[in-house]
Amino acid sequence: MKTLFSDLYKKANTGFWPIVIAFVFMIVGTVTLFQNPRSLGSFLVLMTTPVILYFMKMPMKIKVFIGLLIVVIILPVIGIKNIFILEVIFQMAVFAALALGLNIVIGMAGLLDLGYVAFYAVGAYAWAIFGSKQMSLLYSIPGAAPANAEFFLDARWFWLFLFLGIGLAALTGILLGLPVLRVKGDYLAIVTLGFGEVIRVLALNLDKPINLTNGPQGITPIQRPPLPPEGVLMFFRSFLEPLVGHEVSDAEFYNVMFYFLALIIIAIVIVVATRLEDSRIGRAWTAIREDETAAIAMGIPLVKMKLAAFAAGASFAGAMGALYAANRTFVSPETFSFQVSIGVLTMVILGGLGSIPGVIFGASAVTLLNIQILQNLSLYLSDLRQSDAVIPIINFAWKDLSNQLDPAKYQKLVFGIILILMMIFRPSGLIPAERRQRELGEEKE
Amino acid sequence: MALLQTNNVVKRFGGLIAVNKMTFSVDAGKIVSIIGPNGAGKTTFFNTLTGIYTPEEGQIQFKDHSLIGLRPDQVAATGIARTFQNIRLFGSMTVLENILVGMHIQLKQNAVDTIFRSKKFHEEEKDAEQRAKELMAFVGLKNVGNELARNLPYGGQRRIEIARALAATPTLLLLDEPTAGMNPNESEDAIKLFRRIRDEKGITILMIEHDMRVVMGISEHISVMDYGEKIAEGSPAEIRSNQRVIEAYLGRGAAVAHEQKA
Repeated sequence: MKTLFSDLYKKANTGFWPIVIAFVFMIVGTVTLFQNPRSLGSFLVLMTTPVILYFMKMPMKIKVFIGLLIVVIILPVIGIKNIFILEVIFQMAVFAALALGLNIVIGMAGLLDLGYVAFYAVGAYAWAIFGSKQMSLLYSIPGAAPANAEFFLDARWFWLFLFLGIGLAALTGILLGLPVLRVKGDYLAIVTLGFGEVIRVLALNLDKPINLTNGPQGITPIQRPPLPPEGVLMFFRSFLEPLVGHEVSDAEFYNVMFYFLALIIIAIVIVVATRLEDSRIGRAWTAIREDETAAIAMGIPLVKMKLAAFAAGASFAGAMGALYAANRTFVSPETFSFQVSIGVLTMVILGGLGSIPGVIFGASAVTLLNIQILQNLSLYLSDLRQSDAVIPIINFAWKDLSNQLDPAKYQKLVFGIILILMMIFRPSGLIPAERRQRELGEEKE
Repeated sequence: MALLQTNNVVKRFGGLIAVNKMTFSVDAGKIVSIIGPNGAGKTTFFNTLTGIYTPEEGQIQFKDHSLIGLRPDQVAATGIARTFQNIRLFGSMTVLENILVGMHIQLKQNAVDTIFRSKKFHEEEKDAEQRAKELMAFVGLKNVGNELARNLPYGGQRRIEIARALAATPTLLLLDEPTAGMNPNESEDAIKLFRRIRDEKGITILMIEHDMRVVMGISEHISVMDYGEKIAEGSPAEIRSNQRVIEAYLGRGAAVAHEQKA
């Protein structure tokens, strides 16, 4: 069975077949999704296309062409019909960036950081505090905000805060790293876990003595970056509206804008991560992961390089944090729970520690599972529960099914199962890390 | 003047004196060995030299600076490279990458060069790769540049470790039992390699070695340690006939018997 499948794959992976397959997936996914924008199956078919592009052999130009077609045209257009699709991809991009950042710390430098969510929180709260009315409410009691409060900064400052988020998160990474990097391995995991909680608890409690974070209620509204000028929007409306079949509202444009912003950031993150990996810095990180004693004997300053790993990893989370705060227009300490750190860790492990394509795949798969597949299962089950259907043979009526069995509540269970299965069966992940093969000009035997 | 000079170096672990008042020197351009029974403190002394341990007392002078209080990476930056008793490679990196890591100190690219892939970055990487290939050829590694280091056989791993140390262009190379676990043929090759390192690259070699054929065959100067102290030093011939050395290795009774037989 296995050989049959791999033979089939080999045959399909020659000549023009990969191109045909990629086009078939793209077109089938697009057409069915266009007719039925809520179909999970069609969405999965469409999302398989990038995976095909990555794995199968075809000219680079065609890969780029199909990729751009999907990302720039198909997804935004369908996304306006069903806004949830853009939301899913936005979340995928956010988590992929987080996972890539954590991958630098854990996958490359081998430092087990269980408090990674803290850096995400720093980026988010940076824009949340300055991009909302919070600065005008510093001395008012949480929840009793005067109605006439004003936004502290103009929405356009968001662009600056995207970079400030990076810087602040990196700085937090260094400040955390300085005392923490004296400990190793398990101890480091525990200390960082504590740090992650400290940041969350700070966000929870910094509503007194001055109301910086508005405590457990969180900060809202947070400003979004302004949409492009009306002229540009008119231009897009002119060809989008006939395609979509209804008027495109500002809210929908915001979704498209955040979708593109997330994609631009994730693209930059991927480039930076890939370039760092294949350089003196990335080699030093891997050397530290492999053998600290040998690494330091080669002249690699351990503390400096570990701090650099923390800062680089944190900076990705900082950027995405700021973007997330603007997208949700709301942050609260709840968003930055330990659960998120573990979720991101699951993505890294599922994809493959140290493997950039693996980690992106892991983040996409877990996000999809969380917010699409489990939710859809839940919906399906609740439909069944409301029907009179009965499971045959055992004669069990669906409506007697307990509410506790709602798959959407299984996130933690799913994370746990993924971690256990991966560690037992594929400890190096679904797409294991590979070292770059260089042109050495050696004759092969 | 000596390249490396230590003065009354003492390293204690709790009540145990692992290295006791080691006064020791290595002249530039020489191949020098430290021998001694197991547990004599040789590796501890190496670790003290390279900054892994900080000695409680004494001075260590290399070229014209003191090594006391320097971290291992700072010691490496002064021009001391080393290999380890139990091979310590970066197993899941390729052979070539292991050697590139050895060049960490020489490479000048920073984060900005790396992220923007500046011209400087490309030139430096190309140059480093070229040098790494030359080093692989120098130590006799063929067609394995893209293999993961952990997949190489034992002898190959020893060679990588030496190439990685050479990549740092050191003035002094410390080898900790470099021929341990090798058969006589392999040891013979290793001796040739060490000579070439000294003769062609002008690198001074200080090694710890147990294999007496290797020690006697290659060393120009030998120091003998026992119980953390230097008990003898001199040329191979002098060491071979030194009473205290024989005692240290064979025990007093056997040494006396040995004497009588001779």
